[in-house]
Amino acid sequence: MSIAISSLTPSTIAETSAAKVVSLPMQGRLSLRARDGLDKLGAALGLSLPQKIGQCARADGIEAVCLGPDEWTLLLPLDQVATVTEALAALMPELPHALTDISGREVTFRIEGTRAAELLTIGCARDLSGVAPGEARRTLFDVATVVLWHDGENAFRMDVWNSFAPFIAQTLEVGCKELAAEAA
Amino acid sequence: MLLIHCPYCDETLPELEFTYAGEAHIDRPENPSEQSDAEWESFLFLRENVKGPHFERWRHFHGCGRYFNAVRNTITDKFYITYKAGEARPDLSALLEDEK
Repeated sequence: MSIAISSLTPSTIAETSAAKVVSLPMQGRLSLRARDGLDKLGAALGLSLPQKIGQCARADGIEAVCLGPDEWTLLLPLDQVATVTEALAALMPELPHALTDISGREVTFRIEGTRAAELLTIGCARDLSGVAPGEARRTLFDVATVVLWHDGENAFRMDVWNSFAPFIAQTLEVGCKELAAEAA
Repeated sequence: MLLIHCPYCDETLPELEFTYAGEAHIDRPENPSEQSDAEWESFLFLRENVKGPHFERWRHFHGCGRYFNAVRNTITDKFYITYKAGEARPDLSALLEDEK
């Protein structure tokens, strides 16, 4: 049985000796597309936009990750969304770019624990040792495109589109339990 | 599983993140209305169907989202090279020479 969407309010999805999976409260998410003028866009955001795919920058509550050659995702507190949107809108039309509010599109899961990385291997074919702590990547987890943030040695976050979230949550829950049962 | 090098991410990643997108280096005619039926048919449908090294497009769908080109051997599935979209077709004989 899949986890009901209504249950994806901030809560602990699974907690075993292997890992702990938590869904996080809603936060602001912005998608930024731009080709030129990254310095000015960065200055308006108060950080320097990373230009290598997978690199992150953090400042003043905003987390930015470069997902493609001209694409960034910004995570920020909900109450800062309006301020940032206005700051970037002020750069138009001299600096063409696209800023889209995607706050309602995704849910974030935090995955931490001694076997967090191992838990991710149940759905992620990528070699996670290539993603250094502090970096993030867009990749495939089972059937869903996700953004995987590597926060620390045994700590990850996963941004999942809403419609996949119940399935991914359930997959992670089963994985957590199986890893713990294996160890017992 | 195949490992494919994305020229934009500069990483070698599992095939699952990628989607295939047909033969590469096929330019859409600038004036489609001036094309004869035969020419248009050729643009739309006729492909090389190579046995051996094949120039083809791939997309890093679950990643940077970019289309890029690759030379893959259709018999062995070996990727000789991947390169960014818009770059010139690499010299096939040199690529095959490197493999020897």
